[in-house]
Amino acid sequence: MDAVLTPLLDILRPIGITEPVLQFMLVNAILGVSIYLTLHAGMFSLASAGFMAIGAYVGALLTQQSDWPLWAALLGGMAAAGVIAVPIGLPTLRLRDIYLAIATIGFGEVVRVLILNFDDIAASVLTTLQGERVRFRLIEGARGIKGIPTLTETWHLILFLIVLGYLLTRLHRSRFGRAMAAIRQDETVAANMGINVVYVKNMVFILSAVLAGAAGVFSAHLTRIITPAAFGFDKAVDILAFAVLGGTSTWIGPIVGAMVLTAMPEVLRFLKEFRGVFNGLVLLVVIVYLPGGLVNPAGWSRLWQRLGRAQTASPSPSTGVD
Amino acid sequence: MDTLIQQGINAISLGAIYSLFALGYAMVFSILGVLNLAHSAIFMLGAFFGLIAIDQWSLPLWLAFPIAMLGAGLVSVGLELVAFRPLRRRNAARISQLISSIGAAILIVNITQLIFRQIYNSTEAYLPRDLIPSDPIVIESLGLRVQPVRMLIVVIALVLMVLLQYLVNRVRIGQHMRAVAFNQRIAALFGINVSRIFIFTFFLAGVLGGAAGMFYGVVFLNVTPFIGEDVALIGLTAIVLGGMGSIPGAVLGGFLVAGLQIFSIVIGGSSFRNAVVFLLLFIILLIRPQGLLGQPESTRA
Repeated sequence: MDAVLTPLLDILRPIGITEPVLQFMLVNAILGVSIYLTLHAGMFSLASAGFMAIGAYVGALLTQQSDWPLWAALLGGMAAAGVIAVPIGLPTLRLRDIYLAIATIGFGEVVRVLILNFDDIAASVLTTLQGERVRFRLIEGARGIKGIPTLTETWHLILFLIVLGYLLTRLHRSRFGRAMAAIRQDETVAANMGINVVYVKNMVFILSAVLAGAAGVFSAHLTRIITPAAFGFDKAVDILAFAVLGGTSTWIGPIVGAMVLTAMPEVLRFLKEFRGVFNGLVLLVVIVYLPGGLVNPAGWSRLWQRLGRAQTASPSPSTGVD
Repeated sequence: MDTLIQQGINAISLGAIYSLFALGYAMVFSILGVLNLAHSAIFMLGAFFGLIAIDQWSLPLWLAFPIAMLGAGLVSVGLELVAFRPLRRRNAARISQLISSIGAAILIVNITQLIFRQIYNSTEAYLPRDLIPSDPIVIESLGLRVQPVRMLIVVIALVLMVLLQYLVNRVRIGQHMRAVAFNQRIAALFGINVSRIFIFTFFLAGVLGGAAGMFYGVVFLNVTPFIGEDVALIGLTAIVLGGMGSIPGAVLGGFLVAGLQIFSIVIGGSSFRNAVVFLLLFIILLIRPQGLLGQPESTRA
C-alpha cells in the first residue's frame, strides 16, 4: 500500500494536501456515501452527523476504556449506530421532504445534548439507585474525550472505500437497489408494484447510519479528541453539501464532492484571509453552473454548449438577436 | 412567581426576535418551496449594518434601524438574483437551491468577517451601552423590572407583524404574493409578474430578518459575523412547529420556541434548553407533520 501512497502524497503535498488532509477527505467520502444512500431512495435525511457522533463516542470508549482493537471498535460503533437507527427510522421515515430533514436535524440535536449531559444524567440515576451521592465521569460533556489512540491509518480508509464501492455497484444492480430507485421516482407507484416501501426505506436508513457510524469511529481515531460540538447542525449541512456538490446520480459523486470540499480550504491556504470568501464563492458558482453536481456528464455537456454559444455569440452583439 | 413573570417577559421579547426572523424563512418557503439557509446571514447583516450606522456613522437609533432593515432587504434581493433565480431557470432540483443558499451564506459571513477585521481589528464589536436608557421600568405592585429595550422591541415587532399581515391580506401586491404561493403558473397566466413578486418577497424577508438581527444586536450589545448561527436552527424549528409557509404559524412558532427555551433554562439549566425544544418538535412532527397552524400540503398558500 505504501508503494502507491508515498508517490501519491508526494504529488499532492505541494498543493497543500498532506496525509492528515487526505485522511479527512477519505472519512468525509464515507459520510458522503452515507447521505447519498438515503437521497438515492428519495429520503431527505440529515441524520448522518448524529449517527457519526454515536459511532465516534462508542468507538472511542471501546478502544480507550476497554482496549479493543480498531476493527472491533469499528464493528461496535457501526452496530451501535445501526441499532439506534431502528427506533429513529420507524416513526420519522413516514415524513417527507423538508419535514424529514427537520426531524432528522432534531434527532442530531438531541444526540448532541444527550452527549453534553450524559455524565450528569448517569450520575443522578446512579445516585437515586444507590441512595448515596455518586460521581460519574465517562464522556466529559462539552470538554469531550481526550487522548484517543490514533489507530486509523490511510490504508484502512482506502480499503474501506474500495469494499464500499464494490458493494454499492452490487447494490445498484440488485433487486433492493432497483427498489430504492423506484421509491425515489414515485413512492406510490413503487408501493403499487409490490415494493415494501417501509422495509426498504428503513433498511436504507439503517445502512446509512451504519456508514456514518463507521466514519465516526475512523475520525475519532484520527483526531484524538472528540467533542459534541463537532457533530452539530453545521456538520449535518456540510455532509449534505458533499453529496449535492458531487452529484447524486452516481455513488462516485458524493465521494468526489466530499474530497473536493474537504481539500478546498487546504488548497486555498495561499489566499490567506480571502480563503473563506473564495470557499463560499466556489460552492455557489459550481452549484449554479452545474446544478446536478460535479459528477454528472449531462450537466457538463450542457455547460459546454452554453459556453460555446456565448463565445460564438459575443463577436456580434449588435445584431440584437437573442 | 415573580421570577416566573419576569422570565415570561424575557421570553416574549426573545420570541419577538425569533418570530420576525422566522417570518422571513416562512415567506420565502411559501413562495418558492425552498429553504433559504442564507437567511441567517441576512439576520447577521441586520445587526452588522445597525452597528456600522451607530458606531461608525454616529447616527441615532431611529435612523440606524431603517438603514439596517433596508440594507438587509437589498442583500436579500441580491440572494434571489444570484443564488436562486439562475437555478430556477435551469429547472434545478430544490436541493441544489438549498446548497447554493449555503454557499451564499458562507460568502456573506466571510466578507463581513473581512470588513470586521478592517474596521475593528477583531471579529467582535460592541454597541454602546447607553444606546437606550437602561434604567429598568419598575412596576412595584408586581415587583417587576422591565428593561425599556425589551418593551421597545416587542412593540416594534408587533407593529411590523400587523403591517405584514395587512400587506399580505389587503394590499394588491400581497394578494399577488398569495396567488404565486398557491400556483406560480396560474398566477402568471393571470398576468402577475412572478419574478417581480419573488424579488418583493425576498426584499420583505430580508427587511424582517434584518430587523430581527438589529434587535438581537441591541439586546445583547455584542455583534460578531457569526450571530446568525445562533438563530439559524431556531428559526427553522419555529416555522416547522408553527406550520411551514404559514405567517401566523411562524409568529406562534417563534414565541413558542423562546418560551420553551427560557423556561427550560429556569427549570433544568441552560444545557438542556434545545433538547426540550427539539423533543417537542419531534413529537409535533410525528402527530401533526404540517405543524400547529399549517394546512395539509395541497392547500398551502
